[in-house]
Amino acid sequence: MLQTFAEQLKTNSQIPNNVTTTKIEKKIRMETKDLTVRYGSVTGVKDVRLKIYDHQVTALIGPSGCGKSTYLRALNRMHDLTRSAVVTGEVLLDGKNIYDQDVNPVVIRRRVGMVFQKPTPFPTMSVFDNVVAGLKLVGIRDKAVLNEVCEKALRQAALFDEVKDRLNAAGASLSGGQQQRLSIARALAVDPEVLLMDEPTSSLDPQSTSRIEELIHSLKDKVTIVIVTHNMQQAARVSDRTAFFYVGNLVEAGDTKTIFTNPSEKRTEDYITGRFG
Amino acid sequence: MSYNLKRRQIRDRIIEVLLVLSTVIVLLPLLIIIFHVVINGFSALSWEFFTEELGSPSRAIQGRPTGLVHTIIGTLVVDGLAVVLAVPIGIGAGIMLSEYPDHRLNPLLRVMNDTLNGIPAVLKGLFAFVLIVKPMGTFSGIAGGVALAFVMLPIIARTTESALMSIPWSIREAGLAIGLPRWRVVLSTVMPAARVALVTGTLIAFARAAGEAAPLLFTSFGNNYLPIEWTGMIFGPVDTLPQRLYSLAISPYSEWHSMGWAAAIILLGFVILTFIIARVATRDKFQN
Repeated sequence: MLQTFAEQLKTNSQIPNNVTTTKIEKKIRMETKDLTVRYGSVTGVKDVRLKIYDHQVTALIGPSGCGKSTYLRALNRMHDLTRSAVVTGEVLLDGKNIYDQDVNPVVIRRRVGMVFQKPTPFPTMSVFDNVVAGLKLVGIRDKAVLNEVCEKALRQAALFDEVKDRLNAAGASLSGGQQQRLSIARALAVDPEVLLMDEPTSSLDPQSTSRIEELIHSLKDKVTIVIVTHNMQQAARVSDRTAFFYVGNLVEAGDTKTIFTNPSEKRTEDYITGRFG
Repeated sequence: MSYNLKRRQIRDRIIEVLLVLSTVIVLLPLLIIIFHVVINGFSALSWEFFTEELGSPSRAIQGRPTGLVHTIIGTLVVDGLAVVLAVPIGIGAGIMLSEYPDHRLNPLLRVMNDTLNGIPAVLKGLFAFVLIVKPMGTFSGIAGGVALAFVMLPIIARTTESALMSIPWSIREAGLAIGLPRWRVVLSTVMPAARVALVTGTLIAFARAAGEAAPLLFTSFGNNYLPIEWTGMIFGPVDTLPQRLYSLAISPYSEWHSMGWAAAIILLGFVILTFIIARVATRDKFQN
């Protein structure tokens, strides 16, 4: 089935594959240079060089355990929490290495937000408090500001109409799909420049999944998105660029259309056509 | 097959009966104690019991007004001091154990905490004696409070740790991912989520300390009278319910024996009331 899907993409593509070379110069928002993450003696990802372009959706694909999530979590210093995790190499955000001594990880995480596999509403907070948590908990108390941010973020996350009458209900009382959009709204409320999404739809039903995919499309104008997905159709649907990871290595990265129709690596083609993984 | 099913159903019944039985065995002593205490002590409860101080045995023997007002106030003061001292430090240690598992001091803290928990309460009293009573030159409410705080501390630290650990790690990551500092994530997302368990843990520690007499013997010491100044409750010898209960019970006067039972009712009621208040205060605002 996957094979036919790839073939379909191939036959449907009207645009020649060399389209990327003719596009206007794209701005690099993030870039990793020889990024290696180790957990003790186990290497999560090794020497990854990847550019993440501004206002594009970059999908990270690959089989389970290939290091794509490990890589993603290095982009906003989420590994800081795990003492056994050692990150070497560079992660540049607008040209500045976020692992430099003088960089505060809290500031980095404000600029590089993250949405996780499972929806994570703060259990004791209402929908409203969940959305504005990133502002309220750092001292912003102005009700008018919070109201405005809340509505804007919920609209961006395509959730406002569903919850506008339930802003004071518990965040955890929403459905799974709504909770995930709530998590996205909460991430957007602090106005990040980059949004990392770690398999954001893998615990959701198809309808919620498609809502989130639409959302990703609409968010592109506002933020740069990096999404980890184990669903190749999803990568093909939502991303501009795709990076294929395999056993801790970045095998290939490029224009999504190219990766899915004309990959230069055999392993990429095998994975995409469903021969392994 | 049907033979098997029958057997499994019977086994299921047996297990159920055993579970109910063990529940009854757990509850029975408690009910017997409450029943016994109430039956024996009720007659000694009177208005004067809550308004008069104990004084000398002759008061009770001659039927003059006598009571335990100084003991009840003393218990509130000593236990209150213990809570004020132990809760912040105990919860702090619990946060350290749960939230900073990689910290250098953590293994040491864990061992020390478990050791402290294992030390007999009477030794904690002795420690408070050396620490506070000796330098101050007098038995005092604060010394009793410190001794009880040592009883509460390791329990609070441990229950706090397990309460916080029960909150999924993903909540912390979600907090960090929106650019909140670590301490803020713990304080505003993890701790509220764990608050029922946190309060339960503190209550267990409190109930344990509130019933201790041994650490108070040479710290708050006991007193038959109200102090002249209210500060005497903190800086002078103070009476407490567990210790008073003990001294009334071993006294040779039957009038004091029944007052001892009444003291037991008050102590039980005190602990139960604290549990009820804490439960009401931590009710989930989203539950109807």
